[in-house]
Amino acid sequence: MKRIEVPLHRAAHGRTGDKGNRSNISVIAWHPSLWDVLVEQVTEAAVARQFAHRHPSRVQRFLLPQLHAMNFVLDDVLDGGVNEALNLDSHGKALSFLLLDLPIEVPEGLLPCLAGAAIDPADPNPSPGDNAP
Amino acid sequence: MTPPSILRVGCAAGFSGDRTDAAAPVVGALAAAGGPAVLIFETLAERTLALAQLARRAHPEGGYEPLLDDLLSPVLAACLAAGIRIVSNFGAANPEGAAMRIAALARELGLRVPRIAIVVGDDLSGSAQRPLLEAALDARMQGLDIVSANAYVGAEPIADALLAGAEIVVCGRVADPSLTVGPALAHFGWARDDWDRLARATMAGHLLECGAQVSGGYYADPGFKDVPGMARLGYPIAEIDADGHCTITKPPGTGGRIDAHTVKEQLLYEVHDPAAYLTPDVVADIGAAQVEAVGTDRVRLSGVRGHPRPPGLKVNVCHETGWLAEGEISYAGARAEARARLAADVLRERLAGLGRLRVDLIGAHSLFADDAGEWLAAQPPREARDVRLRVALNHTERAAAERLAREVTALYTCGPAGGGGVRTSLRPRLDIVSCSVPREQVPVGHRFIASGPADGSGAAR
Repeated sequence: MKRIEVPLHRAAHGRTGDKGNRSNISVIAWHPSLWDVLVEQVTEAAVARQFAHRHPSRVQRFLLPQLHAMNFVLDDVLDGGVNEALNLDSHGKALSFLLLDLPIEVPEGLLPCLAGAAIDPADPNPSPGDNAP
Repeated sequence: MTPPSILRVGCAAGFSGDRTDAAAPVVGALAAAGGPAVLIFETLAERTLALAQLARRAHPEGGYEPLLDDLLSPVLAACLAAGIRIVSNFGAANPEGAAMRIAALARELGLRVPRIAIVVGDDLSGSAQRPLLEAALDARMQGLDIVSANAYVGAEPIADALLAGAEIVVCGRVADPSLTVGPALAHFGWARDDWDRLARATMAGHLLECGAQVSGGYYADPGFKDVPGMARLGYPIAEIDADGHCTITKPPGTGGRIDAHTVKEQLLYEVHDPAAYLTPDVVADIGAAQVEAVGTDRVRLSGVRGHPRPPGLKVNVCHETGWLAEGEISYAGARAEARARLAADVLRERLAGLGRLRVDLIGAHSLFADDAGEWLAAQPPREARDVRLRVALNHTERAAAERLAREVTALYTCGPAGGGGVRTSLRPRLDIVSCSVPREQVPVGHRFIASGPADGSGAAR
């Protein structure tokens, strides 16, 4: 099946938490049908590349398939975190949106499962979340 | 019809600085539901306690949550009337001071003075505890200018205080979920090594502890994640059953939303390994947890498991490290970004030798960037027409840090054309080192405070 490139935020949502110099970012599928695509493409390596300029010393991915959610833990990406960082956002609270910019490829048949503006104007029914099992 | 064994825990604050009008609808819903209920306020982020300790140095009677009156005044009468107990860490660096203030507040409001207990033992900043910290921190203790040192206390002293008849339990540093586990432990009479039930109540507490973050706050993203009524968000209530499973809901008629997605975001918030969420009470495991919408704004959490609690207690030691200096100036119109970049170059040259200078071009490149400037250097100049330059640096010496403010201000006459809106700030910087100390070396407990200077009885007047 033909695959369409979309930013991850069309397929998933998430939130950042922080402890010290460590960031955790959840990635939660908008629809159960998108789960396999996320597992395949939103990998530790892909996330490490997305955060390359923050030089994570380690990226770990934890899968929660029954929640259609995954949790990334990125070590040493906060320039010291609230203690030392000079960033306005020393917690790194905005970083979930950096992860959610990651491009992924979604099979055409799953486009109706995506959130946000539909790519195909003929199919204006992305219905985020409401049809979860 | 809710079985009578349900305990309702409502959370009306998720940090110091949260909305102070959140509690009234929560208390209203708890009172209307009837049955046993507890109101919690979580007001202590990692740094809050150090700031409270600094406040207490300046004013020895202070050092507790500055908004204590604003949080409690609107609901104290209703809580006492309905038998809703209150548990909070708003005691911060001075739980006794907070308790005395609550007693005085009750009198001012014409209420009877409630039975107030404080949880003690978390504060390890005294000289008697110095050897304990030295043993735990070893070389990391060298040269630290310690502001605060607190152990994360668990649910047991809270439960004991409630079982002894406390109507209000004032804590300093306790683990956030323990504010919920304590009341559940007291209400259901679980064994204190009933790891599965403790873990379930812990995750109920985890969902509550950030207030509106589970009920639509910190969630909205227009067109993707729409949340109704964000100006009047309903704060969460957990209905906890005798096995510790919970349903999260919110007061009727309030804004916000609770669905499987809002709950999943908060469930994973500040979690690392989902199979090992560590608290002083238990190691909670959400590896097989289930989240299920069971009605409008009602979500059930189940499947949480527990493992034996860690042997040590986590201790945060907060110390002063110097100063954070920040300065900003804005440019707009043609070539605004180029002028902001030029101003940054001028500051880099003028402040050379002071240490790493962080540069943000707010409106073009800011939050995603790194302190070393790698991200910014990789971004080709664009044509942003409204850019706010921000520079920041850390320095151990105040006088050196103050130079940043002067140089940014001088851009008014010496910088690129059209710069306006200079703001500068200088703030002391606090760092935290964490360690673990053996549980048995941190005796914790609770004690009741005398009800006040005048009557000393705690009886209604």
